[in-house]
Amino acid sequence: MNQTFGLPEFGFLLGGLKWTVLLSLLAFAGGGAVGMLVALARTAESALLRRLAIGYIAVFQGTPLLMQLFVVYYGLGLVGIQLPAWAAVAIGFTLNASAFLGDIWRGAIQALPRGQTEAAQALGLHYRARMRDIILPQALRIAQPATVGYLVQLIKGTSLAAIVGFIELARAGQIVSNTTFEPILVFGVVGAIYFVLCWPLSLYSARLEARFAAAMR
Amino acid sequence: MSHPPSDAAPLISIEAVDKWYGAFQVLRGITLTVRKGEKIVLCGPSGSGKSTLIRCINHLETYQAGRIVVDGVVVNDSVKNIDTVRSEVGMVFQSFNLFPHLTILQNCTLAPMRVRGVNKATAEATARRYLDRVRILDQADKYPAQLSGGQQQRVAIARALCMEPKAMLFDEPTSALDPEMVKEVLDTMVGLAADGMTMICVTHEMGFARQVADRVIFMANGELVEQAPPEVFFRNPTQQRTRDFLGQILAQH
Ligand SMILES: Nc1ncnc2c1ncn2[C@@H]1O[C@H](COP(=O)(O)OP(=O)(O)OP(=O)(O)O)[C@@H](O)[C@H]1O
Ligand SMILES: [Mg+2]
Repeated sequence: MNQTFGLPEFGFLLGGLKWTVLLSLLAFAGGGAVGMLVALARTAESALLRRLAIGYIAVFQGTPLLMQLFVVYYGLGLVGIQLPAWAAVAIGFTLNASAFLGDIWRGAIQALPRGQTEAAQALGLHYRARMRDIILPQALRIAQPATVGYLVQLIKGTSLAAIVGFIELARAGQIVSNTTFEPILVFGVVGAIYFVLCWPLSLYSARLEARFAAAMR
Repeated sequence: MSHPPSDAAPLISIEAVDKWYGAFQVLRGITLTVRKGEKIVLCGPSGSGKSTLIRCINHLETYQAGRIVVDGVVVNDSVKNIDTVRSEVGMVFQSFNLFPHLTILQNCTLAPMRVRGVNKATAEATARRYLDRVRILDQADKYPAQLSGGQQQRVAIARALCMEPKAMLFDEPTSALDPEMVKEVLDTMVGLAADGMTMICVTHEMGFARQVADRVIFMANGELVEQAPPEVFFRNPTQQRTRDFLGQILAQH
Protein backbone atom coordinates (compact mmCIF):
# COMPACT_ATOMS: atom_id res chain seq x y z
CA MET A 1 0.00 0.00 0.00
CA ASN A 2 1.86 3.01 -1.23
CA GLN A 3 -0.25 6.16 -1.30
CA THR A 4 0.77 9.62 -2.34
CA PHE A 5 0.31 12.59 -0.08
CA GLY A 6 -3.08 13.99 -1.11
CA LEU A 7 -6.18 15.51 0.39
CA PRO A 8 -7.21 12.44 2.41
CA GLU A 9 -3.78 12.36 4.03
CA PHE A 10 -3.94 16.06 4.75
CA GLY A 11 -7.40 15.48 6.26
CA PHE A 12 -5.87 12.80 8.47
CA LEU A 13 -3.30 15.30 9.70
CA LEU A 14 -6.06 17.78 10.48
CA GLY A 15 -7.77 15.03 12.47
CA GLY A 16 -4.56 14.82 14.49
CA LEU A 17 -4.49 18.60 14.79
CA LYS A 18 -7.96 18.48 16.32
CA TRP A 19 -6.58 16.34 19.16
CA THR A 20 -3.53 18.52 19.56
CA VAL A 21 -5.74 21.57 20.01
CA LEU A 22 -8.18 19.75 22.28
CA LEU A 23 -5.41 18.32 24.45
CA SER A 24 -3.76 21.75 24.67
CA LEU A 25 -7.02 23.33 25.76
CA LEU A 26 -7.70 20.57 28.29
CA ALA A 27 -4.17 20.82 29.66
CA PHE A 28 -4.34 24.59 29.84
CA ALA A 29 -7.76 24.62 31.51
CA GLY A 30 -6.88 21.86 33.99
CA GLY A 31 -3.36 23.17 34.52
CA GLY A 32 -4.65 26.70 34.93
CA ALA A 33 -7.28 25.79 37.51
CA VAL A 34 -5.02 23.52 39.56
CA GLY A 35 -2.04 25.81 38.95
CA MET A 36 -3.97 28.68 40.53
CA LEU A 37 -4.51 26.57 43.64
CA VAL A 38 -0.82 25.65 43.63
CA ALA A 39 0.19 29.33 43.36
CA LEU A 40 -2.17 30.29 46.20
CA ALA A 41 -0.90 27.44 48.38
CA ARG A 42 2.70 28.34 47.57
CA THR A 43 2.10 31.93 48.77
CA ALA A 44 -0.22 31.05 51.66
CA GLU A 45 0.36 32.09 55.25
CA SER A 46 0.22 28.47 56.38
CA ALA A 47 3.69 26.92 56.33
CA LEU A 48 2.15 23.49 55.75
CA LEU A 49 0.38 24.60 52.57
CA ARG A 50 3.54 26.29 51.36
CA ARG A 51 5.59 23.15 51.93
CA LEU A 52 3.05 20.96 50.17
CA ALA A 53 3.07 23.28 47.16
CA ILE A 54 6.87 23.34 47.09
CA GLY A 55 6.92 19.54 47.06
CA TYR A 56 4.26 19.35 44.37
CA ILE A 57 6.10 21.78 42.12
CA ALA A 58 9.43 20.02 42.67
CA VAL A 59 8.02 16.60 41.78
CA PHE A 60 6.13 17.59 38.65
CA GLN A 61 8.72 20.01 37.34
CA GLY A 62 11.57 17.68 38.18
CA THR A 63 10.37 14.53 36.40
CA PRO A 64 9.76 14.09 32.67
CA LEU A 65 6.26 14.60 31.38
CA LEU A 66 6.64 11.34 29.49
CA MET A 67 7.13 9.49 32.75
CA GLN A 68 4.17 11.26 34.34
CA LEU A 69 1.93 10.19 31.46
CA PHE A 70 3.20 6.60 31.80
CA VAL A 71 2.51 6.55 35.51
CA VAL A 72 -1.00 7.93 35.18
CA TYR A 73 -1.97 5.66 32.29
CA TYR A 74 -0.18 2.38 32.94
CA GLY A 75 0.52 2.85 36.64
CA LEU A 76 -3.12 3.44 37.51
CA GLY A 77 -4.00 0.55 35.20
CA LEU A 78 -1.76 -1.74 37.25
CA VAL A 79 -3.65 -0.91 40.44
CA GLY A 80 -6.95 -1.59 38.69
CA ILE A 81 -7.99 1.94 37.76
CA GLN A 82 -8.42 1.82 34.00
CA LEU A 83 -8.83 5.33 32.66
CA PRO A 84 -9.67 6.07 29.04
CA ALA A 85 -6.58 7.37 27.26
CA TRP A 86 -7.90 10.92 26.95
CA ALA A 87 -8.65 11.12 30.70
CA ALA A 88 -5.21 9.78 31.59
CA VAL A 89 -3.59 12.28 29.28
CA ALA A 90 -5.74 15.12 30.61
CA ILE A 91 -4.74 14.24 34.18
CA GLY A 92 -1.07 13.87 33.26
CA PHE A 93 -0.96 17.20 31.47
CA THR A 94 -2.94 18.89 34.23
CA LEU A 95 -0.45 17.73 36.86
CA ASN A 96 2.51 18.88 34.80
CA ALA A 97 1.04 22.17 33.58
CA SER A 98 -0.25 23.08 37.06
CA ALA A 99 3.25 22.76 38.48
CA PHE A 100 4.72 25.06 35.82
CA LEU A 101 1.86 27.58 35.76
CA GLY A 102 1.64 27.50 39.56
CA ASP A 103 5.30 28.39 39.80
CA ILE A 104 5.05 31.14 37.17
CA TRP A 105 2.11 32.71 38.99
CA ARG A 106 3.76 32.25 42.39
CA GLY A 107 6.65 34.33 41.12
CA ALA A 108 4.33 37.04 39.85
CA ILE A 109 2.40 37.20 43.14
CA GLN A 110 5.66 37.53 45.06
CA ALA A 111 6.94 40.18 42.66
CA LEU A 112 4.19 42.60 43.75
CA PRO A 113 5.25 45.19 46.31
CA ARG A 114 4.42 44.19 49.88
CA GLY A 115 2.61 47.54 50.24
CA GLN A 116 -0.23 46.31 48.01
CA THR A 117 -1.18 43.61 50.49
CA GLU A 118 -0.64 45.94 53.44
CA ALA A 119 -2.81 48.69 52.00
CA ALA A 120 -5.56 46.15 51.31
CA GLN A 121 -5.26 44.75 54.83
CA ALA A 122 -5.31 48.20 56.37
CA LEU A 123 -8.58 48.84 54.53
CA GLY A 124 -10.02 45.69 56.10
CA LEU A 125 -10.12 43.64 52.90
CA HIS A 126 -10.10 39.90 53.54
CA TYR A 127 -7.93 37.30 51.83
CA ARG A 128 -10.56 36.54 49.17
CA ALA A 129 -11.13 40.14 48.17
CA ARG A 130 -7.43 40.90 48.46
CA MET A 131 -6.53 38.11 46.05
CA ARG A 132 -9.43 38.58 43.66
CA ASP A 133 -9.47 42.36 43.46
CA ILE A 134 -5.90 43.42 44.20
CA ILE A 135 -3.22 40.76 43.94
CA LEU A 136 -4.28 38.38 41.16
CA PRO A 137 -5.30 40.98 38.55
CA GLN A 138 -1.85 42.54 38.87
CA ALA A 139 0.05 39.27 39.15
CA LEU A 140 -1.63 37.69 36.13
CA ARG A 141 -0.83 40.77 34.11
CA ILE A 142 2.84 40.51 35.07
CA ALA A 143 2.79 36.78 34.32
CA GLN A 144 1.03 37.09 30.97
CA PRO A 145 4.11 36.83 28.71
CA ALA A 146 5.47 33.85 30.63
CA THR A 147 2.03 32.24 30.64
CA VAL A 148 1.62 32.56 26.88
CA GLY A 149 5.18 31.34 26.41
CA TYR A 150 4.35 28.27 28.47
CA LEU A 151 1.22 27.66 26.41
CA VAL A 152 3.39 27.42 23.29
CA GLN A 153 5.58 24.80 25.00
CA LEU A 154 2.46 22.97 26.05
CA ILE A 155 1.05 22.77 22.51
CA LYS A 156 4.26 21.22 21.26
CA GLY A 157 4.43 19.00 24.35
CA THR A 158 1.09 17.38 23.55
CA SER A 159 2.94 15.22 20.99
CA LEU A 160 3.94 13.10 23.98
CA ALA A 161 0.33 11.93 24.24
CA ALA A 162 1.18 9.56 21.39
CA ILE A 163 2.79 7.17 23.86
CA VAL A 164 -0.59 6.17 25.27
CA GLY A 165 -2.01 5.66 21.80
CA PHE A 166 -3.22 9.13 20.95
CA ILE A 167 -3.14 10.06 17.30
CA GLU A 168 -2.46 13.73 17.62
CA LEU A 169 -0.69 15.86 15.04
CA ALA A 170 2.87 14.51 15.37
CA ARG A 171 1.73 10.88 15.55
CA ALA A 172 -0.61 11.42 12.58
CA GLY A 173 2.36 12.78 10.66
CA GLN A 174 4.37 9.68 11.47
CA ILE A 175 1.56 7.41 10.24
CA VAL A 176 1.08 9.34 7.00
CA SER A 177 4.82 9.39 6.45
CA ASN A 178 4.97 5.61 6.85
CA THR A 179 2.24 5.04 4.30
CA THR A 180 3.38 7.62 1.73
CA PHE A 181 7.16 7.31 2.09
CA GLU A 182 7.34 11.08 1.80
CA PRO A 183 8.69 11.98 5.24
CA ILE A 184 10.19 15.30 4.20
CA LEU A 185 6.97 16.54 2.66
CA VAL A 186 4.77 15.17 5.45
CA PHE A 187 6.84 16.45 8.34
CA GLY A 188 7.25 19.72 6.50
CA VAL A 189 3.48 20.06 6.50
CA VAL A 190 3.24 18.93 10.13
CA GLY A 191 5.85 21.47 11.13
CA ALA A 192 4.04 24.19 9.22
CA ILE A 193 0.79 23.38 11.04
CA TYR A 194 2.53 23.58 14.44
CA PHE A 195 4.10 26.81 13.36
CA VAL A 196 0.78 28.35 12.32
CA LEU A 197 -0.62 27.34 15.69
CA CYS A 198 2.26 28.57 17.86
CA TRP A 199 3.74 31.51 15.99
CA PRO A 200 0.84 33.92 16.60
CA LEU A 201 1.05 33.07 20.29
CA SER A 202 4.79 33.69 20.35
CA LEU A 203 4.28 36.99 18.57
CA TYR A 204 1.54 37.93 20.99
CA SER A 205 3.77 37.02 23.91
CA ALA A 206 6.66 39.11 22.57
CA ARG A 207 4.32 42.05 22.02
CA LEU A 208 3.03 41.79 25.57
CA GLU A 209 6.56 41.70 26.89
CA ALA A 210 7.50 44.81 24.95
CA ARG A 211 4.39 46.58 26.19
CA PHE A 212 5.17 45.76 29.82
CA ALA A 213 8.78 46.79 29.42
CA ALA A 214 7.53 50.14 28.09
CA ALA A 215 5.00 50.50 30.90
CA MET A 216 7.65 49.84 33.57
CA ARG A 217 9.88 52.63 32.29
CA MET B 1 -6.97 74.51 65.64
CA SER B 2 -9.66 72.59 67.53
CA HIS B 3 -8.39 70.76 70.56
CA PRO B 4 -10.32 67.92 72.14
CA PRO B 5 -11.52 68.43 75.70
CA SER B 6 -9.02 66.86 78.09
CA ASP B 7 -11.69 64.54 79.46
CA ALA B 8 -12.60 63.10 76.05
CA ALA B 9 -12.87 59.32 76.02
CA PRO B 10 -9.77 57.34 75.04
CA LEU B 11 -10.03 56.02 71.49
CA ILE B 12 -6.72 54.21 71.24
CA SER B 13 -4.97 52.90 74.28
CA ILE B 14 -1.62 51.21 74.15
CA GLU B 15 -0.66 49.53 77.39
CA ALA B 16 2.87 48.34 78.14
CA VAL B 17 3.43 46.94 74.67
CA ASP B 18 6.61 44.99 73.92
CA LYS B 19 7.64 43.68 70.54
CA TRP B 20 10.63 41.68 69.43
CA TYR B 21 12.02 40.76 66.04
CA GLY B 22 13.76 37.58 67.07
CA ALA B 23 16.17 38.61 69.79
CA PHE B 24 15.92 42.31 68.92
CA GLN B 25 13.43 44.30 70.99
CA VAL B 26 11.79 46.98 68.81
CA LEU B 27 9.15 48.22 71.25
CA ARG B 28 9.87 48.53 74.96
CA GLY B 29 6.94 48.95 77.32
CA ILE B 30 5.09 51.47 75.17
CA THR B 31 2.17 53.09 76.96
CA LEU B 32 0.12 55.75 75.20
CA THR B 33 -3.49 56.84 75.35
CA VAL B 34 -4.99 58.79 72.49
CA ARG B 35 -8.29 60.54 73.19
CA LYS B 36 -11.05 61.08 70.65
CA GLY B 37 -10.12 63.98 68.43
CA GLU B 38 -6.55 64.11 69.64
CA LYS B 39 -3.68 64.72 67.21
CA ILE B 40 -0.37 63.06 68.01
CA VAL B 41 2.86 63.63 66.13
CA LEU B 42 5.42 60.88 66.58
CA CYS B 43 9.03 61.56 65.69
CA GLY B 44 12.39 59.98 66.31
CA PRO B 45 15.48 58.67 64.57
CA SER B 46 15.38 56.03 61.86
CA GLY B 47 14.92 52.57 63.29
CA SER B 48 13.47 53.78 66.58
CA GLY B 49 10.26 51.79 66.05
CA LYS B 50 7.77 54.50 64.97
CA SER B 51 6.39 52.56 62.02
CA THR B 52 6.33 49.36 63.99
CA LEU B 53 4.33 51.03 66.75
CA ILE B 54 1.58 52.46 64.56
CA ARG B 55 1.44 49.26 62.51
CA CYS B 56 0.68 47.34 65.69
CA ILE B 57 -2.46 49.44 66.13
CA ASN B 58 -4.13 47.95 63.04
CA HIS B 59 -2.37 44.60 63.41
CA LEU B 60 -0.12 44.90 60.37
CA GLU B 61 2.41 43.84 62.99
CA THR B 62 1.84 41.62 66.00
CA TYR B 63 3.14 42.42 69.46
CA GLN B 64 4.24 39.99 72.13
CA ALA B 65 3.34 41.65 75.43
CA GLY B 66 0.94 44.28 76.67
CA ARG B 67 -2.34 45.28 75.11
CA ILE B 68 -3.74 47.65 72.49
CA VAL B 69 -7.40 48.63 72.64
CA VAL B 70 -9.13 50.62 69.90
CA ASP B 71 -12.55 51.99 70.73
CA GLY B 72 -13.16 49.18 73.21
CA VAL B 73 -11.87 46.42 70.90
CA VAL B 74 -8.69 44.58 71.88
CA VAL B 75 -6.23 44.20 69.02
CA ASN B 76 -5.21 40.55 69.32
CA ASP B 77 -5.26 37.52 67.06
CA SER B 78 -9.04 37.43 66.93
CA VAL B 79 -9.98 37.85 63.27
CA LYS B 80 -13.23 39.53 64.25
CA ASN B 81 -11.42 42.11 66.37
CA ILE B 82 -8.82 42.77 63.68
CA ASP B 83 -11.61 43.30 61.13
CA THR B 84 -13.40 45.74 63.41
CA VAL B 85 -10.26 47.72 64.14
CA ARG B 86 -9.13 47.85 60.52
CA SER B 87 -12.49 49.09 59.35
CA GLU B 88 -12.36 51.88 61.93
CA VAL B 89 -8.75 52.95 61.62
CA GLY B 90 -7.43 54.31 58.32
CA MET B 91 -3.78 54.21 57.35
CA VAL B 92 -1.70 56.28 54.96
CA PHE B 93 1.70 54.96 53.90
CA GLN B 94 4.90 56.67 52.90
CA SER B 95 4.77 54.98 49.47
CA PHE B 96 1.04 55.70 48.85
CA ASN B 97 0.28 52.07 47.97
CA LEU B 98 -2.57 52.90 45.64
CA PHE B 99 -3.84 49.99 43.57
CA PRO B 100 -2.27 50.69 40.15
CA HIS B 101 -4.72 48.61 38.11
CA LEU B 102 -7.77 50.45 39.45
CA THR B 103 -8.92 53.97 38.69
CA ILE B 104 -8.82 56.61 41.41
CA LEU B 105 -12.56 56.19 41.92
CA GLN B 106 -12.27 52.38 42.08
CA ASN B 107 -9.42 52.70 44.58
CA CYS B 108 -11.84 54.59 46.80
CA THR B 109 -14.94 52.43 46.37
CA LEU B 110 -13.42 48.95 46.66
CA ALA B 111 -13.14 48.65 50.44
CA PRO B 112 -16.51 50.24 51.29
CA MET B 113 -18.18 47.83 48.85
CA ARG B 114 -16.28 44.71 49.88
CA VAL B 115 -15.89 45.37 53.60
CA ARG B 116 -18.97 47.41 54.50
CA GLY B 117 -21.24 45.97 51.82
CA VAL B 118 -22.16 49.42 50.57
CA ASN B 119 -23.74 49.43 47.10
CA LYS B 120 -21.86 50.86 44.16
CA ALA B 121 -23.86 54.06 43.78
CA THR B 122 -23.51 54.95 47.45
CA ALA B 123 -19.82 54.05 47.47
CA GLU B 124 -19.20 56.25 44.44
CA ALA B 125 -21.11 59.15 45.94
CA THR B 126 -19.03 58.88 49.12
CA ALA B 127 -15.82 58.55 47.12
CA ARG B 128 -16.63 61.65 45.08
CA ARG B 129 -17.32 63.59 48.25
CA TYR B 130 -13.93 62.71 49.74
CA LEU B 131 -12.08 63.13 46.45
CA ASP B 132 -13.60 66.57 46.26
CA ARG B 133 -12.47 67.24 49.79
CA VAL B 134 -8.86 66.41 48.94
CA ARG B 135 -9.40 68.53 45.78
CA ILE B 136 -8.77 65.80 43.26
CA LEU B 137 -12.27 64.96 42.04
CA ASP B 138 -11.40 65.90 38.46
CA GLN B 139 -8.91 63.00 38.34
CA ALA B 140 -11.43 60.35 39.44
CA ASP B 141 -11.30 58.33 36.23
CA LYS B 142 -7.52 58.32 35.84
CA TYR B 143 -5.11 55.63 36.99
CA PRO B 144 -2.66 56.26 39.85
CA ALA B 145 0.39 56.30 37.55
CA GLN B 146 -1.09 59.30 35.73
CA LEU B 147 -1.01 61.39 38.92
CA SER B 148 1.83 63.20 40.65
CA GLY B 149 3.11 61.94 43.99
CA GLY B 150 1.28 64.61 45.93
CA GLN B 151 -1.95 63.83 44.12
CA GLN B 152 -1.50 60.11 44.74
CA GLN B 153 -1.00 60.67 48.43
CA ARG B 154 -4.15 62.81 48.60
CA VAL B 155 -6.02 59.99 46.88
CA ALA B 156 -4.61 57.59 49.49
CA ILE B 157 -6.02 59.86 52.20
CA ALA B 158 -9.40 59.99 50.45
CA ARG B 159 -9.37 56.20 50.04
CA ALA B 160 -8.89 55.76 53.77
CA LEU B 161 -11.56 58.36 54.57
CA CYS B 162 -14.11 56.53 52.40
CA MET B 163 -14.26 53.87 55.13
CA GLU B 164 -15.34 56.70 57.46
CA PRO B 165 -12.71 55.76 60.06
CA LYS B 166 -12.66 56.98 63.64
CA ALA B 167 -8.92 57.49 63.57
CA MET B 168 -6.17 57.87 60.98
CA LEU B 169 -2.59 56.66 61.12
CA PHE B 170 0.01 58.36 58.94
CA ASP B 171 3.44 56.82 58.40
CA GLU B 172 5.73 59.55 57.01
CA PRO B 173 3.14 60.57 54.41
CA THR B 174 5.33 63.27 52.89
CA SER B 175 8.82 61.77 52.98
CA ALA B 176 8.57 60.16 49.54
CA LEU B 177 7.38 63.40 47.94
CA ASP B 178 9.23 66.03 45.97
CA PRO B 179 9.53 69.16 48.14
CA GLU B 180 7.03 71.16 46.10
CA MET B 181 4.33 68.56 46.76
CA VAL B 182 4.73 68.31 50.51
CA LYS B 183 2.54 71.30 51.23
CA GLU B 184 -0.54 70.08 49.38
CA VAL B 185 -0.53 66.86 51.41
CA LEU B 186 0.15 68.62 54.71
CA ASP B 187 -2.67 71.09 53.95
CA THR B 188 -5.01 68.16 53.45
CA MET B 189 -3.94 66.73 56.79
CA VAL B 190 -4.36 70.07 58.51
CA GLY B 191 -7.91 70.22 57.14
CA LEU B 192 -8.60 66.76 58.47
CA ALA B 193 -7.26 67.74 61.86
CA ALA B 194 -9.42 70.87 61.89
CA ASP B 195 -12.47 68.66 61.33
CA GLY B 196 -11.68 66.82 64.53
CA MET B 197 -10.21 63.57 63.20
CA THR B 198 -8.19 61.55 65.69
CA MET B 199 -4.72 61.27 64.18
CA ILE B 200 -1.37 59.68 64.88
CA CYS B 201 1.21 61.01 62.45
CA VAL B 202 4.74 59.78 62.13
CA THR B 203 6.43 62.77 60.53
CA HIS B 204 9.42 65.01 60.78
CA GLU B 205 7.48 68.02 59.47
CA MET B 206 7.88 70.14 62.54
CA GLY B 207 5.83 73.02 61.12
CA PHE B 208 2.92 70.63 60.83
CA ALA B 209 3.54 69.40 64.37
CA ARG B 210 3.47 72.98 65.69
CA GLN B 211 0.30 73.75 63.80
CA VAL B 212 -1.89 70.73 64.60
CA ALA B 213 -0.42 68.49 67.28
CA ASP B 214 -1.92 68.27 70.73
CA ARG B 215 1.12 66.28 71.76
CA VAL B 216 4.46 65.67 70.13
CA ILE B 217 6.16 62.43 71.13
CA PHE B 218 9.81 61.63 70.72
CA MET B 219 10.68 57.98 70.31
CA ALA B 220 14.13 56.37 70.43
CA ASN B 221 15.30 52.77 70.74
CA GLY B 222 11.77 51.47 71.02
CA GLU B 223 10.80 53.76 73.89
CA LEU B 224 8.68 56.89 74.19
CA VAL B 225 11.36 59.21 75.52
CA GLU B 226 9.46 62.45 75.87
CA GLN B 227 6.03 63.86 75.14
CA ALA B 228 4.62 67.36 75.45
CA PRO B 229 2.41 69.89 73.68
CA PRO B 230 4.35 71.34 70.74
CA GLU B 231 5.05 74.71 72.29
CA VAL B 232 6.71 72.98 75.27
CA PHE B 233 8.25 70.18 73.24
CA PHE B 234 10.10 72.49 70.89
CA ARG B 235 11.04 75.19 73.38
CA ASN B 236 11.88 73.16 76.45
CA PRO B 237 12.69 69.55 75.72
CA THR B 238 13.77 67.93 78.99
CA GLN B 239 15.74 64.98 77.63
CA GLN B 240 19.18 65.26 76.09
CA ARG B 241 18.25 62.73 73.39
CA THR B 242 15.30 64.89 72.35
CA ARG B 243 17.49 67.99 72.17
CA ASP B 244 20.08 66.19 70.04
CA PHE B 245 17.38 64.93 67.71
CA LEU B 246 15.70 68.32 67.37
CA GLY B 247 19.08 69.87 66.68
CA GLN B 248 19.61 67.47 63.78
CA ILE B 249 16.12 67.89 62.37
CA LEU B 250 16.23 71.68 62.50
CA ALA B 251 19.68 71.69 60.90
CA GLN B 252 18.27 69.68 57.97
CA HIS B 253 15.23 71.85 57.38
N1 LIG C 1 10.55 42.57 59.56
C1 LIG C 1 11.57 42.95 60.33
N2 LIG C 1 12.47 42.04 60.78
C2 LIG C 1 13.49 42.40 61.57
N3 LIG C 1 13.71 43.66 61.99
C3 LIG C 1 12.87 44.60 61.58
C4 LIG C 1 11.76 44.31 60.74
N4 LIG C 1 11.08 45.45 60.50
C5 LIG C 1 11.75 46.41 61.15
N5 LIG C 1 12.81 45.91 61.81
C6 LIG C 1 13.74 46.66 62.67
O1 LIG C 1 12.99 47.25 63.69
C7 LIG C 1 13.47 48.54 63.99
C8 LIG C 1 12.35 49.54 63.96
O2 LIG C 1 11.87 49.67 62.64
P1 LIG C 1 10.79 50.75 62.25
O3 LIG C 1 10.54 50.58 60.81
O4 LIG C 1 9.63 50.65 63.16
O5 LIG C 1 11.57 52.11 62.53
P2 LIG C 1 11.14 53.59 62.19
O6 LIG C 1 11.25 54.35 63.47
O7 LIG C 1 9.82 53.60 61.50
O8 LIG C 1 12.29 54.03 61.22
P3 LIG C 1 12.24 54.96 59.90
O9 LIG C 1 12.30 56.38 60.37
O10 LIG C 1 13.50 54.57 59.17
O11 LIG C 1 11.00 54.61 59.15
C9 LIG C 1 14.58 48.82 63.00
O12 LIG C 1 15.81 48.61 63.63
C10 LIG C 1 14.37 47.82 61.93
O13 LIG C 1 15.59 47.43 61.34
MG1 LIG D 1 9.23 54.08 59.53
